[in-house]
Amino acid sequence: MAKELKLMKGNEAIAESAIRHGVDGYFGYPITPQSEVLEHLALENPIKTTGMVVLQAESETASINMVYAGASCGKKVMTSSSSPGISLMQEGLSYMAGAELPAVVVNVVRGGPGLGTIQPSQADYFQSTKGGGHGDYRLITLAPASVQEMYDFVGLAFELAFKYRNPALILSDGMIGQVMEKVVIDDYQPRWTDEYIAEHFPWATVGKPATRKHNFITSLELDSAVQEQNNIRIQKKYKECEEKEVRYEMINCEDADYLFVAYGSSARICQKSIELARAEGIKVGLFRPITLWPFPSKQLKEAAKNVKGILSVEMNAGQMIEDVKLATECRVKTEHYGRNGGMIPDPNEILEALKKQIM
Amino acid sequence: MTEEIIIAGFGGQGVLSMGKILAYSGAMQDKEVSWLPSYGPEMRGGTSNVTVIISDERISSPRINQFDTAIILNQQSLDKFEKTVKPGGLLVYDPNGITEPPTRKDINIYSIAATEEAAKIGNTKLFNMIVLGGFLKIKPIVNSEFIQKGLEKSLPPRHHNLIPANLEAIETGKKILNPINVL
Repeated sequence: MAKELKLMKGNEAIAESAIRHGVDGYFGYPITPQSEVLEHLALENPIKTTGMVVLQAESETASINMVYAGASCGKKVMTSSSSPGISLMQEGLSYMAGAELPAVVVNVVRGGPGLGTIQPSQADYFQSTKGGGHGDYRLITLAPASVQEMYDFVGLAFELAFKYRNPALILSDGMIGQVMEKVVIDDYQPRWTDEYIAEHFPWATVGKPATRKHNFITSLELDSAVQEQNNIRIQKKYKECEEKEVRYEMINCEDADYLFVAYGSSARICQKSIELARAEGIKVGLFRPITLWPFPSKQLKEAAKNVKGILSVEMNAGQMIEDVKLATECRVKTEHYGRNGGMIPDPNEILEALKKQIM
Repeated sequence: MTEEIIIAGFGGQGVLSMGKILAYSGAMQDKEVSWLPSYGPEMRGGTSNVTVIISDERISSPRINQFDTAIILNQQSLDKFEKTVKPGGLLVYDPNGITEPPTRKDINIYSIAATEEAAKIGNTKLFNMIVLGGFLKIKPIVNSEFIQKGLEKSLPPRHHNLIPANLEAIETGKKILNPINVL
């Protein structure tokens, strides 16, 4: 079947993509601004078509532990929530990273701290990229900037999660979750069979045959010497991920005197700011990290070589700017511009900030 | 061609669905589209708005603060969005409940008595389609055939029997436009 074009909200695209990518289970609890994920799944009722299980759990804590269980069996399982709900999941995420389990988690970020607001925000950058729970771990973090990317990144996130046996996070926000755009959707991929899982994921708890010892999935190891080796193995994986999985996009950077560094919604707004700036003869480009972890440090350092200044545009009080400065080793003037608590910057105010803070 | 539109009014007036039909129609005509609703406390009563962008090119930001067109359906929205219309742009409003009409002289302003007309037809739900018709008369950014396709796509099949009445309401809207300030 040919690819199909649809008009969808970002949240609906996540749900549709999950069904079409052969996901086995979704466990979640509603929260604005991502409730359409669960709504769309409930509406489509994929248990009748692909056999995908969709379950509204009693809480976010329950959701992430159901994900842990499903992932232990080598199943493609996921959850989604928004900031306060994702905070509740941090324990589970740390356990999954420790037990080396693949899963996909979607955070449609809203303004914090606390219950905060329901409007878009990017204030969960630290939590997402630096390890939001305890222990030395990372989440592979993808930042979609369009509804198409919301759709595409579900497949990519599962691919990376299984490749590295680690949870992958799609870090979106209220704007990308709620906006409706055109999406090209693929044909349905069948769910993995039990035989496929047993063959490809020898670690999964799929039932022990007589030919091997039992699989044991846990994040607990009381022997510190062994636990150190576990950590070393996990860190080696992260190193490989940093080398191989960096993704980014550069727009109008060829002749740029200045750079916006922005991801997700902010990157979209910056593109409008660039249109306005270039109409005034200001040569500014956009460097958009797509993987927030691993952060495209080398690529940004290279892109920043010939620019006079960088404005890190984020809907927070200044979080990604730390990674920008580390990447460029502070060799370029770098400032942050952001709005907080659910406020979205206008294209004009970003341009004004560039003029005032950088030029 | 890029048309950046804000549609704003009370929740329940069909603001979001008007935007959706416009966006679907644009998409049917192979244009790039984006539809960004307000989803804050306002959707739970009070004002509601949606930003619709229809373009021949890739759309940069779905979020903008200046518009080519503002379609305004209540006083609060008029107060908020009259100033956001680009000079030379367009403001279409329903005079029902408007106590302080728009005053700008550097934009095109039309009123459309859609609430009144919908009451005459006997179906207040067609109100938003009458307004849409008025807008399309001034700026025919999508062709009529694609509006029909847009309606088919955005309405669930069980409501497809209502499409002829919707199309008729759009035609009605084209006839009852009232120019207030035309540059």
